[in-house]
Formats: sequence, C-alpha cells, structure tokens
Amino acid sequence: MTEIEWPLYEVFVRGKRGLNHVHVGSLHAADDEMAVRHARDVYTRRNEGVSIWVVRADAITASSPDEKDPLFAPAGDKVYRHPTFYSIPDDVPHM
Amino acid sequence: MTVTHEDELQEQFDATIARHDRIEPRDWMPEGYRKTLVRQIAQHAHSEIIGMQPEGNWITRAPSLRRKAILLAKVQDEAGHGLYLYSATETLGASRRELTDMLISGKQKYSSIFNYPTLSYADVGTIGWLVDGAAICNQVPLCRTSYGPYGRAMIRICKEESFHQRQGFELLMTMMRGTDEQRAMVQESVDRFWWPALMMFGPPDADSPNTAQSMAWGIKRDTNDELRQKFVDMSVPQAEVLGVTLPDPELRWNDERGHYDFGQPDWEEFAQVVRGAGPCNTQRIAHRKRAHDDGAWVREAATAFAAREI
Repeated sequence: MTEIEWPLYEVFVRGKRGLNHVHVGSLHAADDEMAVRHARDVYTRRNEGVSIWVVRADAITASSPDEKDPLFAPAGDKVYRHPTFYSIPDDVPHM
Repeated sequence: MTVTHEDELQEQFDATIARHDRIEPRDWMPEGYRKTLVRQIAQHAHSEIIGMQPEGNWITRAPSLRRKAILLAKVQDEAGHGLYLYSATETLGASRRELTDMLISGKQKYSSIFNYPTLSYADVGTIGWLVDGAAICNQVPLCRTSYGPYGRAMIRICKEESFHQRQGFELLMTMMRGTDEQRAMVQESVDRFWWPALMMFGPPDADSPNTAQSMAWGIKRDTNDELRQKFVDMSVPQAEVLGVTLPDPELRWNDERGHYDFGQPDWEEFAQVVRGAGPCNTQRIAHRKRAHDDGAWVREAATAFAAREI
C-alpha cells in the first residue's frame, strides 16, 4: 500500500496569559485544523496551555544550531551591550 | 570531505558531552550515537503504545465510574507518551511510518513486561505501582540524557507517571482494606508481576554490552543493576505499607551495604519473552497491526479531505 504520510507539524503552547508560546514537540496531521486538535489532545491534557500554534515543519527556516556558527559571532564581542559593562559607584540609588 | 573536518566535528561533539551539555537535532553526531538513540527511543515509544493494551483490557470492566475515568485517562496518557517519544525519534531522521512498520514487523522491540497478561482487576493497581514505579526509576535519570529532545520528552512523561503510580497504589490500598478475597487478589497479582518488573531494567550489567558506550555518550546515566537495586529499595517499604509479601525468599536488608539483598529473576524466561515467546507477544502485535490496518481508511479519507481544501 502506498499510503501518504501526514505532514509533520511543530507545536507551540502558551502556558498562561503573559507568557510566550513555547515549542513543546511535534505531531502528524492531515491539515492545519486537525493539527490543532491533535495538539490539544497530545500536549495539553492537564491545562498546560491557553493557546496553541501549529506550523508545518517544512515551513520553518532555521539557522544552523552549531555554536560556532558565524551568524551569532557579531554578538560575541559587544560586551558594551550588557549592563554589567558599566561600573557605577555602589551608593548611586535606583541603578 | 576531509578527515580533519570529521575529526573537528567529533571533537566538538565530545566537548559538548563532556560539559554535560545537550546535543540538539541538527548538530553533527557520530552514527553510532544516532543509531543507539533511534533504537532506544523507538523501543521506548513502542513500549508506551503496546502498554495501552494490558490495562485497556479492563476499561469496560472497571468496577466504578471513578475507576473507569482514571483508567481511561491513564491509557490516554500512555498514547501521549508514545507520541512524545515518536516525535523525539523523528528529530533523528526516522519516519513515523518506518517506526510503525518496525514495531509491527517485530524488527524493533518493546518492553517485555507488556507481554504478560492482565488476569485480574488487581493487575491494574499492580501495574501502576510496580510497572510504572520501575518505569519512573528508569526514566527520572533520563530527564538528564544527553540528547535534548529525548530529555524534554522524559520530563513531560515523568510528571505524568507520578499520577500513574499513585493511582495504582491507591487502588491496591483500597483492595487491601476490603475482603479476604480482595487481599488474596492483590497478593496473587503482586506474585505474578514482581519478577517481570525487576526484568524491566534489562539484563545484569555483566551481560549488557551496550551499557558502557551508552553511559560514555551520556544517553544512560545509571547501569541496569544500579537502577534495579534502587527500585527494590523503594518497593520494600511500600509493600510493607500495603501489607503484601514480595515473592523473593532471598529478600532481606543488608546493613553492611545499606541496601536490600534480593534474588535474581529468571533470565532464561526474560530471554524467551524478548525472543517473542512470552505469553502475549503474538496477541499484542496482532492487535497493534489490526488497529493500524483498520485505521487506514481514516488516514486516507483525511488526506483526501486535506487535498480538497487546497
């Protein structure tokens, strides 16, 4: 039998109001709507979410996760982007 | 590709493992690491899926609506656990259909415990207490496994297993407070499941050739015998609370070691069940295959509907 495999979807869940959607895993579904229903059953059986996003895995563009990736190099040598770069006397209030 | 390049990738991989950092799906990894993970996670996923059957057997005959709702939720969780783990396996390049085929054709294994039958309702409690208890022992250290998606799936699963174990223990406690006949049912069930539960940790370390490599890769965190000891040490005081006897004449506290001494399971029986000659191997796979085949038209219809939408 030459059955077509349902496409893979990545699932993102917002745990509660005020939080970002976070990636929780993936699942297969025939279409977008079914993916949302399956995501509810697989990833939110215990009130783990108030909102679900699903997106077809093949629609995601990703950077290479390699830590040596030159993509992230520009952030490596810019210590002045962090608050700890600046030394300020301890007795300055509210800083 | 040059040899130097491969060496450099291997070095980066080794350094990540040495830092106890996680390997993520698109990182380079040695082929052996990938293969070991696919085999282990798939086997784990299959165990969850097949594990629905022994307990599913009692859903229609649960003694009360409360027990039925609990059992339904539990069996649904097992399906969910299987799906989390299939999802983790797929990040390693395995396809879902391939995995299903490997299970149905017997090319990949599942935990031998699910090849034992559930002969009485007390077995639902014993499985929760001992089988899920053993699973928790195995799985808690896996939350820190070196492969990111596997560890994250295990964290999710461990949270839910705790409900499984507690509902089982509560069920047995309720029966132990009942009639003599009910107490006898619990004891008989514990007698049948104790040894197979000990087998869940796999063969003794001396006969487990893959353990050393798996530990070096940070996939496994403890050896089979260490986990088995931990499980026995946990279970003895729980059995005392329940008022059941564990069927091992060699079981006794060893002051010197600070652990319980215990007898060895029948490893010949274990080998037999793994080979496929356990009491329910044929039935479990036949049932899984039937469910898969019976679902073919649903998968086909949904695919056709999705195609029409576009």
